[in-house]
Amino acid sequence: MGGRRRHLVAGVLGCLLATAGPAPAAPVAAPATIPATSHGVPDTIGQRVAACIACHGREGAIGNGAFYPRLAGKPAGYLYNQLASFRDGRRFNSDMTHLVRHLSDDYLREIAAYFAGLDLPYPDTPSTSDATPATLARGRELALEGDATRGVPACVQCHGAALTGVQPGIPALVGLPRLYLSSQLGAWLTDSRHALPPDCMREVGRRLTTADINAVASWLAIQPVPATAKAVAALPRPLPLPCGSMPRAADARTP
Amino acid sequence: MRRLMVVLLASLALTGLAGGALVALNLRGEEPVAMPAVAFEATPAQVERGRYLALAGNCAGCHTQRGGAPYAGGPGIETPFGTVHASNLTPDTRHGIGDWSAGHFWRAMHHGRSKDGRLLYPAFPYPSFTRVTREDSDALYAYLRSVPPAAVPNAPHRLRFPYDTQLALAVWRALSFEPASFVADPARTAEWNRGAYLVDGLGHCIACHGTRNSLGATETSRGLAGGLIPGENWYAPSLASTREAGVADWELRDIVQLLGSGTSPRGSVMGPMADVVHGSTQHLGTADLTAMATYLRELPAAAAVEVAAAPATPRAAPERRDAGTMERGARIYDQRCAYCHGDAGQGAPGAYPPLAGNRAVLMTTPVNLIQIVRQGGFLPATAGNPRPYGMPPFGQVLDDGDIAAVLTYVRGAWGNDAPAVSLQATMRR
Repeated sequence: MGGRRRHLVAGVLGCLLATAGPAPAAPVAAPATIPATSHGVPDTIGQRVAACIACHGREGAIGNGAFYPRLAGKPAGYLYNQLASFRDGRRFNSDMTHLVRHLSDDYLREIAAYFAGLDLPYPDTPSTSDATPATLARGRELALEGDATRGVPACVQCHGAALTGVQPGIPALVGLPRLYLSSQLGAWLTDSRHALPPDCMREVGRRLTTADINAVASWLAIQPVPATAKAVAALPRPLPLPCGSMPRAADARTP
Repeated sequence: MRRLMVVLLASLALTGLAGGALVALNLRGEEPVAMPAVAFEATPAQVERGRYLALAGNCAGCHTQRGGAPYAGGPGIETPFGTVHASNLTPDTRHGIGDWSAGHFWRAMHHGRSKDGRLLYPAFPYPSFTRVTREDSDALYAYLRSVPPAAVPNAPHRLRFPYDTQLALAVWRALSFEPASFVADPARTAEWNRGAYLVDGLGHCIACHGTRNSLGATETSRGLAGGLIPGENWYAPSLASTREAGVADWELRDIVQLLGSGTSPRGSVMGPMADVVHGSTQHLGTADLTAMATYLRELPAAAAVEVAAAPATPRAAPERRDAGTMERGARIYDQRCAYCHGDAGQGAPGAYPPLAGNRAVLMTTPVNLIQIVRQGGFLPATAGNPRPYGMPPFGQVLDDGDIAAVLTYVRGAWGNDAPAVSLQATMRR
């Protein structure tokens, strides 16, 4: 706990100091200044949402004890949908709900765009797991092939071949803590996490077992993050299920 | 034998008298609701007026679920007697008020009785709404007829015996409720009177900012002298004391700005008051906000309830604090708080509030501070403050002892001299 706290503190201070410092030199002659309000606090979106960093870190927390998911570089549409879901009662986390309960659509979009635009290196993912080789093999199978007998699509069918997400509404599944992944999949299973209808992950989640969730979360959590870990622009094939968080064109697209 | 008969007859007569008095007290001032209902033709202006008044009363704050259909009923309101659910106000005939007449609606607002004659729980603040005029009640009714009907069943209240009985409610009403009308004070300006009508009527400010007696009734005689909000563990500070949230020494424009945008040069709103600004006051016109501000600024000064028992003169000696706790608190402050709130608690006005000399920090009860440290939060995003700065929730990283220590430090540093915060206080949820 002590180590994690120090890490959080370092993360917060690192971010705050970074955003409080001078802006990178601009190529033009005009001085590059961050607009500051009369009190000297930078009038930037980064400063305004520095509160988020306290838990999420700048790059996301990685490790067996970590929980909070990375925000940097996730698709803006996905981040906005999650913020709005916490506000509007589709997702439940008392801290998140409290933080966003009085924020407007416009502000949530700006916050989402800010974090989506952060291009930061991923920390190293853990390479070992206490999951058994059989569990990891099952996780790999679910992620890459799915389970046709139960109508469970493979993760890669929607989250991209490299599992780095798809613009504008599908998140990456790599670079996330195992605890977070399993708790989210568990929330789909128990119907305590929702998305805009049609809620595709609800359909997938209710077909999973707790063993499936443990397997796929364990496997995902130790996958190295590709060097270009950007969400892809589009999927090669239509989504296997209609999905409210993606524009309709995406699921109508033919291969 | 004859004696026994006399005693029996006498007690029967007494019971009858008490019952009669109970019924009479519960129905006082009521006129029968016209049946069949008088035809009600809402004008567009009336509907628009009702929409505005529903915002002034923050009806949706209780009658709308987070993300749910507007006015289709709300989450439970915690009270010391159990949980009361706000009902479906949409024109759905089965679950809402689709088969209510304007007369039924008025009886609920003014007398606290439902269409079927049931006595309503005063979690629905009819002790305040009773002052709303018939004209405004009709406008609200007209507006609620215009929202989309939602077939959402009403959740049953969950109250402990005997509070779940109509008899208990009848006794409560006989003791604590009397229908009233707003009477303008001719010695005051029209603006002040408008403010009084809004604050004491639809605004139902006293529901939080007033004290409640042991029966849970708001004590009108004590005014807006502050109160612990039942079930929420937030303290709604006194609006009558400048040591708490009184605005007697504020500029009118700062009060208007606070209510309209959630922030002002003199202070900002958090917790339940952020709900109020977000759901209600930010939507009100400047004239009404100015009227409310005028009335609030001229509230008779009264010692806040929570400090009334304390000696009025400053203490001779400063508060004694445990050195170890102060040291622990200072360390946490430096790590977690100083970057935004400053090395000397000076804050950065407009972005991060000062903590030195801040009356919200110095109030006797620390419950709000504990909530703020634990939950963090953003000020409400409003037209006047669309992109608020935020504070992280520290409940994940600070335990009860840490929170007690850092708040003891904040309340005892830089010239602040408020009582230490005990571990017991931070352990209360």
